[in-house]
Amino acid sequence: MSANVSMEEVERVAELANLDLAEDEKPSMQRDLNSILEYVAQLNELDTAGIEPMAQVSDLLSHLDDSVGQDDGHGVSLRADAFRASLDRARVMEEAPETDGAFFKTPKVIER
Amino acid sequence: MTDTMTTEKLVEKPATIAELRRAITDGALTATELAERYYARIAEHNPLLNVYLSLTKEQALEQAASVDAIAAKGDPLSPLAGIPVGIKDVLVMQGAPSTAGSAILKGYHPPYDATAVTKLKAAGAVLLGKINCDEFAMGSSNENSAYGPVRNPVDTERVPGGSSGGSAAALAANLAVATLGTDTGGSIRQPASFCGVVGVLPTYGRVSRYGLIAFASSLDRVGPFAANVRDAAEILQVIAGPDVNDATSSSRPVEDYAAESEKDVKGLRIGIPEEYFAEGLDAEVRAAVESGIDALRATGCEIKTISLKHTKYAIPVYYLVATAEASANLARFDGVRYGHRSASATNLSSMYRLSREEGFGPEVKRRILLGTYALSAGYYDAYYKKAQQVRRLLADEFLTAFAGVDAIVTPTAPTAAFKLGEKTDDPLAMYLADIYTVTASLAGICGVSVPCGATAEGLPVGMQVLAPHFGESVAFRVAQAVETGLVK
Repeated sequence: MSANVSMEEVERVAELANLDLAEDEKPSMQRDLNSILEYVAQLNELDTAGIEPMAQVSDLLSHLDDSVGQDDGHGVSLRADAFRASLDRARVMEEAPETDGAFFKTPKVIER
Repeated sequence: MTDTMTTEKLVEKPATIAELRRAITDGALTATELAERYYARIAEHNPLLNVYLSLTKEQALEQAASVDAIAAKGDPLSPLAGIPVGIKDVLVMQGAPSTAGSAILKGYHPPYDATAVTKLKAAGAVLLGKINCDEFAMGSSNENSAYGPVRNPVDTERVPGGSSGGSAAALAANLAVATLGTDTGGSIRQPASFCGVVGVLPTYGRVSRYGLIAFASSLDRVGPFAANVRDAAEILQVIAGPDVNDATSSSRPVEDYAAESEKDVKGLRIGIPEEYFAEGLDAEVRAAVESGIDALRATGCEIKTISLKHTKYAIPVYYLVATAEASANLARFDGVRYGHRSASATNLSSMYRLSREEGFGPEVKRRILLGTYALSAGYYDAYYKKAQQVRRLLADEFLTAFAGVDAIVTPTAPTAAFKLGEKTDDPLAMYLADIYTVTASLAGICGVSVPCGATAEGLPVGMQVLAPHFGESVAFRVAQAVETGLVK
């Protein structure tokens, strides 16, 4: 890993993240990304070959007998697969920027 | 410091939960009077401190009235009956806006309660309102809120810490008896240290995350702030436990933390990691933490120097893991279902991009970009996977250390509270404020920050007590011993 993020990469990443960065924001974002990634590069000092990545804390709790929930045998605790009441649709729609009462409305997705 | 009179008026220690419960049970005080007293104090001090973003007075007085009705009949009261509590604005609560400190959620009224909020209500707590925080819990100073910074009541020219700075400041200024915060990389413990209150990072999975507006799901935790260790233990006891709405919540029985916190610590082995007392630690902070260690030694703890040699890699790992998860979690804010929608959009794509550009603040954008970069094709293995591998090394190091000691004690933060604006132009310098807290976050272990002294200027210093997974009882015992030992 080497830190040298170009302006094109900043724009590409912003596009991937669905962010329309203002022109005057781009230079400071580029500077900050480079400075943070340069700092992060110290991880290269460590040899991590063969080390299993740790994505979740539950990965680590095998040292405890009854660590997490009703274990399904895969270290994951899941609730019963049963019908339950969900959120009230009318209340959810009250918070939508635009709705017809039943569905969320957005600008046109497909142009004819 | 502004002036001594102002500060004296701002900083006030609340009565303990036990004292208030006794007064309400005996009829010496009603829950309604207590709530009114807190709203009066909030009205007086909130304009300067900017702690509360919204108040829920009508609901709170209804809750208080129902507690008073039970007390009047002489029926037994639930554990937190009548206790005024404030809620960090990243936790959803019906009847109040939930903004997560962001403009993108301005005016959003959630249709449900977070599980921790539900549990507090069931325990009789009187919920005063929603508390200011860094936007989406991203920050170490509470300067990233779209609704303005919170000021530290100890010195109003300084930050309260972040991201739960409002929750810590509320306690220090006695604008609540207890508050809820969230901690992803130190966001409960560091502000607790800066404001001179107790803050708890529960074990990952101990408290449900349901209803917590997600930042980094493998790190986020909900935990309490209180003015003393026993009160913090009582609040955790109420909010902990399994939840069908959060598959990562643990079904392990919740211990009687309040009773455990009172137990003797004699014979406990306390590890002092040498890496946490190296370069970068402020001399006055070191002295205060050493006085806390002396108090533990005096109560019969065995103090052992240990080494956690991967500590220096924790900040890089944290900022890769947390931002990668944040970039995914914050994808839901797109102007479709809730929150801000740009008025300038002409089609679906520009609606997403402009709504997010207009709604998010600079720190949130910076982290989304960093996380998206670390997850993108060509960089995934070099950044995200590498960070996850080092995360395991850090976590394993704690497991090895806890084979030889019962708890680990460190400074909570390298300095006392810094000045408003001092680090806002340098994100990396700001990130380093979390240098002693992020390792526990990555490993999933629990911890408590307890006040252990002050600098010559009177700024509070916190000591971090870390314990193994589900070792909250031990952490509370050690923190209680520090609290008691330093008061003597």
